[in-house]
Amino acid sequence: MNWRRLISPHALFWWGLLAVTWILSTTSFQLYKALDARWIIRFPKAWEMPMESWISDAMRWLLEDATFGLFTFREFTRFISAIIEVPYDVARAALADGFVQGQGSNAVEIAPPLSWIAIIVIMIVLGRVAKDWTLALLVGACFLYLAMFGQWDSAMVTLASVVIAVPIGVIGGLALGILSFRIPWVERALRPILDLMQTVPVFAYLVPILFLFGFGPVAALVATIIYAMPPMVRVSTVALQTVPAEVVEAGKMAGCTRRQMMWKVLVPSAAPTLMVGVNQVIMLTLNMVIIASMIGAGGLGFDVLSALRRLDIGGGIEAGLAIVVMAIALDRVSQAFSTRLPDEVMGRDLSYVQRHPWFTTVFVVVVLTYIAGLFAPAVQDYPEAATLTTSAFWEDAMRYVNVTFFDTFEAIKDVFLSYLLLPVKRFFTGIPWAWGIIAAGLAAAKVGGWRLGVMAALMTTFIAATGLWTKAMITIYLCGVSVFIAYAIGVPLGIWAGQNARANRWVGAFIDTLQTLPSFVYLIPVVMLFRVGDFSAMIAVVLYALAPAVRYAAHGIRAIEPQMIEAGLVSGCTRRQLLWRVKLPLAAPSLLLGLNQTIMLALSMLVITALVGTRDLGQEVYIALTKANTGQGIVAGLSVAFIAIIADRIVSAMARHSKERLGLA
Amino acid sequence: MERPLKMVCRNVWKLYGPDPAAFLRANPAPTNEQLREVGMIGAVRAANVQIGEGEIFVIMGLSGSGKSTLVRCLSRLIEPTGGEILFDGEDLLAMSEQELIQLRRKKIGMVFQNFALLPHLTVLQNVAFPLDVQGVPRATREARAHEMIETVGLKGRENYFPRQLSGGQQQRVGIARSLVVEPEIWFLDEPFSALDPLIRREMQDEFLRLQGLLKKTIVFITHDFDEAIRLADRIAVMKDGRIVQTATPEELVMNPATDYVAEFTHHIPRGKVLSLRSIMSPGTGDGPYAGDLKSTDRVADVADRIEAADHPHRVLDDSGTPIGTVDGRAVIDVLIGRRASE
Repeated sequence: MNWRRLISPHALFWWGLLAVTWILSTTSFQLYKALDARWIIRFPKAWEMPMESWISDAMRWLLEDATFGLFTFREFTRFISAIIEVPYDVARAALADGFVQGQGSNAVEIAPPLSWIAIIVIMIVLGRVAKDWTLALLVGACFLYLAMFGQWDSAMVTLASVVIAVPIGVIGGLALGILSFRIPWVERALRPILDLMQTVPVFAYLVPILFLFGFGPVAALVATIIYAMPPMVRVSTVALQTVPAEVVEAGKMAGCTRRQMMWKVLVPSAAPTLMVGVNQVIMLTLNMVIIASMIGAGGLGFDVLSALRRLDIGGGIEAGLAIVVMAIALDRVSQAFSTRLPDEVMGRDLSYVQRHPWFTTVFVVVVLTYIAGLFAPAVQDYPEAATLTTSAFWEDAMRYVNVTFFDTFEAIKDVFLSYLLLPVKRFFTGIPWAWGIIAAGLAAAKVGGWRLGVMAALMTTFIAATGLWTKAMITIYLCGVSVFIAYAIGVPLGIWAGQNARANRWVGAFIDTLQTLPSFVYLIPVVMLFRVGDFSAMIAVVLYALAPAVRYAAHGIRAIEPQMIEAGLVSGCTRRQLLWRVKLPLAAPSLLLGLNQTIMLALSMLVITALVGTRDLGQEVYIALTKANTGQGIVAGLSVAFIAIIADRIVSAMARHSKERLGLA
Repeated sequence: MERPLKMVCRNVWKLYGPDPAAFLRANPAPTNEQLREVGMIGAVRAANVQIGEGEIFVIMGLSGSGKSTLVRCLSRLIEPTGGEILFDGEDLLAMSEQELIQLRRKKIGMVFQNFALLPHLTVLQNVAFPLDVQGVPRATREARAHEMIETVGLKGRENYFPRQLSGGQQQRVGIARSLVVEPEIWFLDEPFSALDPLIRREMQDEFLRLQGLLKKTIVFITHDFDEAIRLADRIAVMKDGRIVQTATPEELVMNPATDYVAEFTHHIPRGKVLSLRSIMSPGTGDGPYAGDLKSTDRVADVADRIEAADHPHRVLDDSGTPIGTVDGRAVIDVLIGRRASE
């Protein structure tokens, strides 16, 4: 061990900062008592900015008085509602409710929704077209599961919102991506907005959306689209930028106009990468399913949410699993489309049916099941009698585990709480706000230059000045502990997977599954086992944030040039030396990027864990949502975003430094 | 050299740096030092090129010499910072976007180093692409594309995708695509550099065969001096953005303008480049002579005859007038690389 490194001026700065913070944190309460200066631990009420009421007033003005001249703001939101609502109603009728005429109890059914057989066949065909029969069977099995386990109706409502949200998200994202590819200032203007969109917790904009669009599926769809679109914008811009210059030149030399260039050269050449974006939109849409049900989306998300509220273990797990199953099916199909190669071209002398065998199959099945469904209800709706339920099984299993292992779980929980969670919590909540601002500024300035330092200090000041200091510190403590644990588990796993092909397969499958799960699903078993509280929140966050730590570590190890490792081997490194002296230093930038992503995911999950009773900024947002208090929601949301942005900039700056040191930048 | 001029480029500059246009206006002929002082990079400097109709004009240079930038200025894929480019006497740089699109659609074809085929289109669709862009009806453009595919020897692969073809085959598609509009001028940017040496040779032969059929005006970029010598009517050698010398392969070998050019000429098989005119002893005496040869004959082609004979051969010019003699010793000098002066 090289002790000298620990007392270098560089390290002394960090030790000093930590020491001062620790001393101030442990003595702040005594200081306040001794000096009778309450401002030390609490931001003076008189200085607080009434941001909440400003924002709430602004929203009210928007809704009641704002006008664009030709039309008012309210008409504008109604217009958007209509654009989304019409196709959504059609999709929902086709998949779940059937087409009806008339209102309420006078409604007459004109046509039933697509039968369950037809939908399963459509999914199988999609799987076959995207890749092969294996995928087709997997997808078919997933949807059959939904029917057999009695989740069909809810699942179809959810599918209807996916069917609407995904195309809008994709088209909107592509359009913005094209704009920012074509016009440099659009890209410059969009980048910070996208950064903010991806760090603001979803809950924060649920509140204004609720305010603008009212409770219901439209508001839920708007929230989903806003949440799912940013990655598509990014992916589109990058995909277009990375089309090889020669291909663009070939297009120019062929005499393409600008429009031909875009639609005949750029977009088709970028199609595989664009499909990655589509996959992301689908996954994020499913991720939003439960959250969106808080502002009026029905379907599986609503089932999970209400089960969670009732503490109905079995029901929650069943509906949660149904979301997972649907996510797996849609994820695999869309991934397969992104790696799909164009079809072999068939002769032109074939008939329409021969050229489009799959479309024809689907058409025939839809028509046949429609006709058969008129006479045999089992063809139209999956027979109730044949459904299975695992609800009781989960209930029993949970009860058994709880009864048998109660003491063990309690012991684990106590150890974590008293030796890790509580001390860290005391440390963070004890930091006086004034020193917190200075410390954040100093740390950021040290890593990323004075500009970053000023930005960090200003953002921290915003948090203190809006009266959210303590809640923000609880957020940081929970996030910090969770990230620490997720990183401590994830990085070794990733290193293992990076060096060992078989480990990679298993770890990869495990991580893939974790990532397909919507964030809420983690909460159900954790709450069942450990009840509400910080410890449950921590476990849920760790599970959710594990994936990037593993992924980036594995990637970092795998991306090392084989020659570097050979050079280490011929120098006589042992395996341990090879790992510590060669692989880890070279993988450092990748490890730091993983840390960055882990922090981001942890923060986004943290807001969700407010549901299980944490007292952090997430709770603040959640309270705002239940009270429909726009100002409170946005202020708390911005605070979370600021924490995320400071962390992101600091870690990115560290990653950049380590890249520069390795000469990779 | 009496060909009518197809493309003329006069004093073309391409500078990279802060506001290069204003800088060039202030300093119409900046030196290396001046450029370095203001942090400009001179990718192309004062390029003068005249390309005759039906000529194979090769621009040769190592990587970073500015050859790719120059050809992109000629096709206006890159806007030159200054200078003049005439195509059929028309000012290329003054053309509007619409005119440029029309020009490219009808009169220019280009082949790229890494093929630049569209991955989502079949061979047939790739070749038909320039016609598709022009709005040519499907039947017509596909018929035309079929012809081109047959010409480049890929018949039967029309429905393959680029990824299913070897590098050489992909470049044949690139060639077919660039020729499908029957361009008047044909740009080839290192078309064979990404190919294996054996395939490269095969493609060079194919290229010469095609040119024999089509007689296009060609601007061919390469970093390979052997390739340049093999294909060119004339070669422009570039270094650091400047054209060092423009000459026929034979002139280049006989009279390299700088040491830099001479460096390239050392290792090439001179017998295949030089004609008898370059190595003969001027003036004829009384003989006896073993026979008559033309002054344009390549040394390598007639070496056996000259060397096997007991007497020197007479060298005749185009009109049949004897202008000099050549003997075995002169031929051996060339073949083993001994300099006349040594």
